[in-house]
Amino acid sequence: MSGIFAQIAHYFQYPFVRYAMIAGVLIALCSSLLGVTLVLKRFSFIGDGLSHVAFGALAIASALGISNNMIIVLPVTVISAVLLLKTGKNAKIKGDAAIAMISVGALAIGYLVMNVFSTSSNVSGDVCSTLFGSTSILTLSKGEVWLCAVLSAVVTVIFILFYNKIFAVTFDESFARATGVRAGAYNLIIAIITAVIIVLAMNLVGSLLISALVIFPALSAMRLFKSFRPVVIFSGAISVFCAAAGILFSILAGTPVGSTVVAADIVAFLICSIAGKILHR
Amino acid sequence: MALLKACNLKLGYEGKTVVDNLNFTVNNGDYLCIVGENGSGKTTLMKTILHLNPPISGKIETGEGLKPSEIGYLPQQTEVQRDFPASVWEIVLSGNLGHSGIVPFYTRAQKEKARKNLRKMGISDLSKCCYRELSGGQQQRVLLARALCATTKMLLLDEPVSGLDPVVTAEMYSTIEALNKEGITVIMISHDMEAALKYATHILQIGKDIFFGTKAEYLKHREENGI
Repeated sequence: MSGIFAQIAHYFQYPFVRYAMIAGVLIALCSSLLGVTLVLKRFSFIGDGLSHVAFGALAIASALGISNNMIIVLPVTVISAVLLLKTGKNAKIKGDAAIAMISVGALAIGYLVMNVFSTSSNVSGDVCSTLFGSTSILTLSKGEVWLCAVLSAVVTVIFILFYNKIFAVTFDESFARATGVRAGAYNLIIAIITAVIIVLAMNLVGSLLISALVIFPALSAMRLFKSFRPVVIFSGAISVFCAAAGILFSILAGTPVGSTVVAADIVAFLICSIAGKILHR
Repeated sequence: MALLKACNLKLGYEGKTVVDNLNFTVNNGDYLCIVGENGSGKTTLMKTILHLNPPISGKIETGEGLKPSEIGYLPQQTEVQRDFPASVWEIVLSGNLGHSGIVPFYTRAQKEKARKNLRKMGISDLSKCCYRELSGGQQQRVLLARALCATTKMLLLDEPVSGLDPVVTAEMYSTIEALNKEGITVIMISHDMEAALKYATHILQIGKDIFFGTKAEYLKHREENGI
């Protein structure tokens, strides 16, 4: 046992491991906080759709040779999120179909652009690491970790400040609207922070696995708890725990970071489901 | 000036007119029942009163100091709420939010108001319970307590007894009647003509045959038309 700890201590001497840990934990916290709202609003798949949009935007940014691709990826994803969440209900194309359409469309265009205008010699490697985030979390620069930390802090603070309103808008939007809560504005806030989280999470788990970070902690918490606040708190806690455990395991065992974190979330979900069944029988 | 006044309302959605030429007034302390067949535009009218849907033409005015956001609303249950993890306390408190502005947390006065309304609905002991595990009648009481946090003046109830058994239905009606006696104006959408005629002071019938008047006028109108 002490061997493992010594090994962990050894790895933590490297800044890139510390950076990965900090960024990973913060991203996991943000995504799980918002995940509860998205799952309850029946928007589980929005994370998936937006991450593909982010992938497409990333492909175009690299084809254009823009070094700091955040400049393109973040605004494009935010705009898509706003459009998806806003038109979700009244549009001619219904919410789920719209998400599916944008999702696969962006994925296809992204891959096409990457292939045709590639500047790198290893296209399939690039695509794979963007989709599954295999290495990007371990190659974060100090600046990127700071950006990640600042954005995560902003998201968390916004979530806490608007917690009651987010609850009201999620539980019963018509009532909230009718009694003078500016539901439209809060939906907009939810859309924007969703997009920010998605773009951040691309670094950790890659664009294909982001939904897992959003959905699993929320669902795990809902197996065990029956009121909103405990669900949110537990969801954040279990997500942070799974991210930390997953990153540590992947460093020790040499497995891909993103999929290991998601695997940890799946295990946590199974444990919570069983515990929930036993407790609530 | 009445509490609520509808002038030449024309309602509909996506360009289709559902109801046309609707006029009615609601005064302080009234108990108005809105009746009509399915598809006659009851829900559309309700959404317009709540400022969720704009009318095609005409307008709804509020008076006597009633702000548009001071209409408490008891909606029909939605799909989302059936598996929503929320405690009774969290839901009832959320009725206060319309008056919060940008203040992020609930004030002590708002919490006290929520406690008072829980007591009023006789569900204080349920405050820690999970909403989705309550019976239909208890859930309606929770939503009514929430609506009372949002208003002290006017309640708008959308089919408040649908899906409830006869005993609970009777309890619900007497609760609503008691609130009305306390001075809260009630607007209720209902299928239940018997109850409408028993409790309401005014009836608004929409559909092919539009009628608005007091209960006595409505009974006379029905007689004349041989219903």
